[in-house]
Amino acid sequence: MLWFLLLKNSKMTAFICTRFAQSILVLFIMSLLVFGGVNLVGDPVEMLINPEADQAEVERVIRELGLDRPVTEQYWYFLVNAFKGDLGSSFIFGEPALKLIIQRMPATLELALFSLFISLIIAIPLGIYAGYNPDSKASKVIMAGSILGFSMPTFWVGIIFIMIFAVQLGWLPSTGRGEIGTFMGINSSLFTLNGLSHVFLPALNLALFKISSVIRLTRAGTREIILQDYITFARSKGISEKRVVLIHVLKNILIPIVTVVGLEFGSLIAFSTVTETVFAWPGMGKLIIDSIYNLDRPVIVAYLMIIVTFFVFLNLIVDIIYTFLDPRVRIKGDHQ
Amino acid sequence: MNPKLRKFLEFCKDFSSNKVALVAFFIFLLILFVAIFAPLVSPTDPYDLNTVSIMNSRLPPFSEDFSGNYFLLGTDGAGRDMVSAIFYGLRVSLGVGVLSGIFALIIGSFFGISAAFFGGRYESLIMRIVDIQLSFPSILVALIILAAFGKGVEKTIIALILVQWAYYARTARSSALVEINKEYVDAARCLAFGNTRIMFKHILPNCMAPLIVVGTLQTAHAISLEATLSFLGLGLPITEPSLGLLIGNGFEYMYSGDFWISIFPGVALLITVASINLVGDHLRDMFNPRLH
Repeated sequence: MLWFLLLKNSKMTAFICTRFAQSILVLFIMSLLVFGGVNLVGDPVEMLINPEADQAEVERVIRELGLDRPVTEQYWYFLVNAFKGDLGSSFIFGEPALKLIIQRMPATLELALFSLFISLIIAIPLGIYAGYNPDSKASKVIMAGSILGFSMPTFWVGIIFIMIFAVQLGWLPSTGRGEIGTFMGINSSLFTLNGLSHVFLPALNLALFKISSVIRLTRAGTREIILQDYITFARSKGISEKRVVLIHVLKNILIPIVTVVGLEFGSLIAFSTVTETVFAWPGMGKLIIDSIYNLDRPVIVAYLMIIVTFFVFLNLIVDIIYTFLDPRVRIKGDHQ
Repeated sequence: MNPKLRKFLEFCKDFSSNKVALVAFFIFLLILFVAIFAPLVSPTDPYDLNTVSIMNSRLPPFSEDFSGNYFLLGTDGAGRDMVSAIFYGLRVSLGVGVLSGIFALIIGSFFGISAAFFGGRYESLIMRIVDIQLSFPSILVALIILAAFGKGVEKTIIALILVQWAYYARTARSSALVEINKEYVDAARCLAFGNTRIMFKHILPNCMAPLIVVGTLQTAHAISLEATLSFLGLGLPITEPSLGLLIGNGFEYMYSGDFWISIFPGVALLITVASINLVGDHLRDMFNPRLH
């Protein structure tokens, strides 16, 4: 289907090819920046080698890690190996960097997914309420709350959560991932009660920012939809207000919200770096922060390359889907 | 009356129609005052080793030490007065936020206006870079820069500028595109003024309103982002203790119940960011022609 459309529309093909080429260019620039930058920082030799080691030992380790070669050569090997899926081995763990990151990916994904779920469950009802009764006191409180949610620094709220729910009340654990259950071949802490109790606080913390933005989106959408003819029509048919809101408004509001939130899923993964550090959640984000502390170059480079690749291709896919869905999106060279 | 003055008074009247924004503005002025005059208004100098005593470490709020010094918000792990530490921290946080905002405004509006002015391939290139950059979450852009180049004051400011400039460029271009078709630009061209003069003496002043709105909201964002980065240990070094670093320092005492060391700097950060956001939100509504 997609290919048929592509063949039919050569301009579309050209557009996608340009975008693809741009993505590759961005990746290349990023690889230069990341590799070049990381190589200027600190001296991993000093960090990694026992200070009491003799000169021969130091030289052996430098050779082993390839640190004695010129930077350009190191970069070339890095590029060639990156294509083979080999992004070097961690100085600290002695394991392939890619493997380390992939091992921690599920923890980050489950945190992001669960917080997406929480934010939708909380924000959509509040947003509909605020859009439906724009002048009520409660709506003003909700909207003020959403500005506050935008202004509150995520990490600080996380600290407050830990202080209240973990330290003072002792209701929920504040560190780690807890017990991990298996369901349909997937390992996740969402499948055990203990795991859920661990994921709850970090996920709520990560959701906070999303909650604010989804409330605003939902409210704006509801205010628009409520004025539409089909709502008036539904009301004139004698349908109860409850049904109008729960069926007609909700259904129409969900499409744009799910689209936007789905497209912004990447930002949850980016922001999880902060939440993971606060709650000692063993995901990719905590790994990169720890690696930066330890000057673990291969892991830093691998993480940045993986996350940049992820975002570049996510954006490419979004762009392509948009052009198919919305013909108004301007395509260069298309002056019809 | 001077027409400029009258316009300004009208603006003030308009602005104060929203009481919340007005209060937020005065709170922000107060914060700004405290930040600028931190050495004068702080009860103690928190980084003067002669006055800070380790004997006073982790005193709870409202306590007093043996020599009669009063600590309204308690002390941190090194025995520093939290009030003073927060005042000095505000100075660093606001300084970094505002400085990066100004640079980003200059760079962003330069590229935005010149893109709109020259058009063609140059415009496509600039706007493509803006689009690509805005498709990455801000924290990721900052993380890439700081992870690759290490922490430090200049690097944090550079990261914050890079995060923000694209927003300014986009705003400047879209308002410049409207301005360029107006008669005064044609008139300036007929007078054979140079491109630079037309762009920055004629077009730029007319694009200022939306840029200022973006500026307030972006500055709030930059302050918050800097705090996050410093908390993660990626932003400012320990020698420049911003609010984010203060919160981070308090984090280790959290588990023993010493809440004030990280809570109060956070409250200061929240009030700062929220007041700027409220002012920015109101300014946006004021300048938005669709709402009038």
